[in-house]
Amino acid sequence: MNKNEGGIQTIGLTKKYGDRMAVNGINLSIKAGELFSLLGPNGAGKTTTIKMLCCLLKPTDGTAVIMGHDINKAPLAVKQIINVSPQETAIANHLNALENLILMGKLYGLGKEESKKRAEELIELMGLKGRTKEPVKNFSGGMQRRLSIAMALISDFQVLFLDEPTLGLDPHARRELWKQIEKLKGKKTILLTTHYLEEADALADQIAIIEKGIIIASGTPSELKNEFLGMQTMVIKAQKLTSDCIEGLKAMYPNIRMIENGIEIKAKKLVFDDIVDYFRSKRAKIEWLSMKEPSLDDVFLNLIEEEKNQ
Amino acid sequence: MRFLVLAGRNLKEVYRDPVSIGLGVIMPVVLLILFISMGKNLPIETFSPSTLTPGIVVFSFTFLTMFSAMLLAKDHQSAFLTRLLTTPLRPIDFILAYSIPFLPIAFLQTAVCFTVGILFGMTLNFNVLLSLVVLIPIAVACIGMGMIIGSLCTENQIAGIGSTFIMAGSLFGGAWMDLKMVGGVFNAIGYILPFAHAIDATRAILKGSDFGTIANNLYWVIGYTLCFFVLGIFSFRWRTKR
Repeated sequence: MNKNEGGIQTIGLTKKYGDRMAVNGINLSIKAGELFSLLGPNGAGKTTTIKMLCCLLKPTDGTAVIMGHDINKAPLAVKQIINVSPQETAIANHLNALENLILMGKLYGLGKEESKKRAEELIELMGLKGRTKEPVKNFSGGMQRRLSIAMALISDFQVLFLDEPTLGLDPHARRELWKQIEKLKGKKTILLTTHYLEEADALADQIAIIEKGIIIASGTPSELKNEFLGMQTMVIKAQKLTSDCIEGLKAMYPNIRMIENGIEIKAKKLVFDDIVDYFRSKRAKIEWLSMKEPSLDDVFLNLIEEEKNQ
Repeated sequence: MRFLVLAGRNLKEVYRDPVSIGLGVIMPVVLLILFISMGKNLPIETFSPSTLTPGIVVFSFTFLTMFSAMLLAKDHQSAFLTRLLTTPLRPIDFILAYSIPFLPIAFLQTAVCFTVGILFGMTLNFNVLLSLVVLIPIAVACIGMGMIIGSLCTENQIAGIGSTFIMAGSLFGGAWMDLKMVGGVFNAIGYILPFAHAIDATRAILKGSDFGTIANNLYWVIGYTLCFFVLGIFSFRWRTKR
């Protein structure tokens, strides 16, 4: 496989329902082994994009190439190398957890023994052990959700689509899933959609923000944070904080304002050591200090708000 | 042969729903025993075991329509079908996997009804086996109809439409009444639908009639089978189209 055949490339990928443009000519390039996160509000076009990439929906225009296979020309070849965790919990209700997993393993071409072995590992991993003989219709919603995700992990996929996988999971199960996703990073190409921005921040190598079917921003999480907000904030409370001391600091960071018993500094890049050294040189004793990075939530909300105002 | 994997799951899904099996197998048997018992006090040909049994077998197949429609609609509504559509299964795999599991149920219904019929006096001979020539196509027609309904309707709608189909099978098939005696529009509708043809052909085979006697009825049944099954495939393809 040459370099161009790896990962996922979308070329003017478009889906139109009547007059409504669900996905409007998006061009994405996801490298092999990369975890790419697609963020956007409800109805932005995330799931429609995933459905086209999984060959569930035919694009109105444009195409995508997944590991060298065109979704329009070779859907079966695409389906051989992908697996999907759909947004909805998708399980066979009258089967037990083990049977559900073995079924998916076999449908993706794994042998009986291999499917069983992997199914047992995933049951352990997803905390479903002890209830493997029970029909999954008796499971709680969270357990069904965990099983549905496990079903996406059983095959030998090269590309994994996770459509809001942690929706409905408790915080512990969510962290456990993050760990599993982390383990796949670098080995498998993953496209993740999520509403939890901290999830994308923690897991994704690259992020694209989609709104009304258009990619409005993309980059690494830190690039997005720096490019679209850029301001780090530091709050310092200190003794012997003289106006002379503050004036000197303003030469380094002009955006400083006084607060009760201290100061608040805002800058594109705050160098922690420089500030502490400066305070020491002025014999001002720092009592309390906090530093706040711009969050992806800030970027997301800012961008969506801007898009709405346009 | 991946369709066999999905067919296996579909088979389990149906068999693990005891209400379905109860309805599809036990209810026809209860009706068969009831009408045979009535025949003991009312000795007419319609209620004799050899006349009633083929009718009840064909009637029992109308439950297959309900089962296949329900399975398809449930899988579609629960997003499980969507998940399956992302796997490397081809369209033909889906058609086979959603049809084949109902054939063993059809054989079970046939075997149970014939066993009861024989216990009550129906003659056991090679013709019983030969009757499968008609019974298999009508069973496939009912499964095809289930695929049509399951593809086009929701679970809630199927409850009503499926019951109507079963009712049509029971009223217009002539399983426990002679349609020719009722006559008129009722008889005409009965012989426009496939059930009466299937029942007449099966009864004729059991009596040892030659092919010429059953040919017309058999063509009707095969025609309906092809029609329902092809429409079932189109409906399924339409429902799952990209």
